[in-house]
Amino acid sequence: MPLASYQTSVPVVVDDAKCIADKGCTVCVDVCPLDVLRISDTTSKAYMAYDECWYCMPCEADCPTGAVTVNIPYLLR
Amino acid sequence: MALDQIVDGLSEVSCDVLVIGGGTAGPMAALKAKLKNPKANVVLLEKANVKRSGAISMGMDGLNNAVIPGYATPEQYTKEITIANDGIVDQKAVYKYAQNCFEIIEELDSFGIRFLKNENGDYAVKKVHHIGTYVLPMPNGETVKKALYRQLRRARILISNRYMATRLLKSSDGRIAGAISVNTRTAEMLVIKAKAVILCMGAAGRLGLPTSGYMFGTYENAANSGDGYAMAYHAGAALANLECFQINPLIKDYNGPACAYVAGPFGAYTANNEGSRFIECDYWSGQMMLEFYNELLSGKGPVFLQLKHLHPDTISEIESTLHKVERPTRGLFQQGRGVDYRSESIEMHISEIGFCSGHSASGVFVDDNARTTVPGLYAAGDMASVPHNYMLGAFTNGAVAGIDAMEFADNHDFAEFDAADVAMERDRVMAPTKREDGIPPNQIEYKTRRLVNDYLQPPKVTRKYQLGMRRLAEAREDMQERMIARNAHELLRALEVQSIMDCADMAAHASLYREESRWGLYHWRTDFPEKDNENWFCHTLLSKQDGKMTSDRRAVEPYVVPIADDEKDLYDKQRIRASA
Repeated sequence: MPLASYQTSVPVVVDDAKCIADKGCTVCVDVCPLDVLRISDTTSKAYMAYDECWYCMPCEADCPTGAVTVNIPYLLR
Repeated sequence: MALDQIVDGLSEVSCDVLVIGGGTAGPMAALKAKLKNPKANVVLLEKANVKRSGAISMGMDGLNNAVIPGYATPEQYTKEITIANDGIVDQKAVYKYAQNCFEIIEELDSFGIRFLKNENGDYAVKKVHHIGTYVLPMPNGETVKKALYRQLRRARILISNRYMATRLLKSSDGRIAGAISVNTRTAEMLVIKAKAVILCMGAAGRLGLPTSGYMFGTYENAANSGDGYAMAYHAGAALANLECFQINPLIKDYNGPACAYVAGPFGAYTANNEGSRFIECDYWSGQMMLEFYNELLSGKGPVFLQLKHLHPDTISEIESTLHKVERPTRGLFQQGRGVDYRSESIEMHISEIGFCSGHSASGVFVDDNARTTVPGLYAAGDMASVPHNYMLGAFTNGAVAGIDAMEFADNHDFAEFDAADVAMERDRVMAPTKREDGIPPNQIEYKTRRLVNDYLQPPKVTRKYQLGMRRLAEAREDMQERMIARNAHELLRALEVQSIMDCADMAAHASLYREESRWGLYHWRTDFPEKDNENWFCHTLLSKQDGKMTSDRRAVEPYVVPIADDEKDLYDKQRIRASA
């Protein structure tokens, strides 16, 4: 069966201006219990690659520059 | 190379004691094992990252079961937990916990984790349970994981993050020989030979589907997909009382605790739509959950946590705890809905089903030394069968497991496993990556968990269970024959859905076996609506025998702390009676 991609608005938002992933930081990617954050190949900034979030906050709490914001996933809001 | 790209590789390492799961019980088990024998190698394997993994990823707001001299005795606590679990308790393990936990509190205190004290410097314990006083707030509860992590580094525990254990290895004589794991970002496999293995892999929290429909909006940390239960089952270990589900009263949609344990001691309470109390006690027992469920359906729902009657300063104090620790996005959620605790009550609902001894009484069967029925294999925390564990139980029993496992490792050499078992497991793990076409894991998971809700959620109806098991078998066939994973991350989810499917099958099998109703809502069977002490005052043990799922009865061990006849049903009387 062919696969289709599925639109979803993701709860974790990264402010590219504050994110220092391009300088080698991977803190948010490292701490996420669900392993849903990645560093973008195109922008070299962190982003939410998989919409599998427990809205638990380590990514936001541990980010050294305050670049990460955790929102409540839309379906729960 | 890019993260998530699949690498087909296999390597092997060895250690004396392997601890799987770096949440709460795991770090303590690893620490105690290493302190017991500092020369030994202790490996702590974690699917996520030990710094922020498990149920206490963002800390904990308090101890729910602290047995503190001057406030409660081990005898009293053991009695309370026995009654709250309808008598189906091996008291020895509970009693041992109750005796040991104060020492662990003091040890946690020495790690820098603070507990609430009164003006005299005594622990300020609060009453939430029906009989005794055991709830101890943690003012800096957000620091728990950091404090633990410091201890692990200091003790030089070898930590391997982002490895998901998939199966245990045993020797031909049935002794534990190690575990097989897979890197969640590269799919490379790692075999870890070990003399003893401790499973601390948390609850089966991704079993039912939350009513929000968001698959990861579970009560438990959604990483807790029940992998430990599945691994123990396939290794031939017995699992106790799995029909005693976990179902909790939570903030509706947010699906986290409201939390009556935090707010209750300040005067908050659970109320119906008329603003009236309907339960005697907010402690999470099956009987309480049944009353909660009945109220929701009675026309007197919704059910609320009521705290707007409290002084604004008190509300601010409660708020600062609820919005800082354990589930700190609670504040963001309420803010989004425009709910201010000063003017509005918190709407509550019941959670999806799961397995978790933290709040109920099911799990991989362990004795009072945290030993499972497989020699050399231990379990602790939410996945082990000591009832109503909570966080302090995970720490305390994790410590017991660590010490006993190191003793076992000191007295045994490595057991030999069959290389064919590794090859077979490698084929099973990698199978979804070898298919060109098929069904992605998220669809199989959604369907499985939707079936769990439709057919397995209480009230348990035999006919529904039979149909549910047929549907689950069809989903299992799809999972085994057609599931695809296109990268390592999808493979992680594909492996998790296999744990979820195993847990669904075990939940169904165990529930059909116990032909009575017990533990309130947790095991309410409409075809057998009464508690049947004559035939079912026993544990049930589920295990894999000759490749088949089998259940047996196991007698309740003689009590250490006797329960008087007039105390036995104290938790049955949860509903507030209308006053004359």
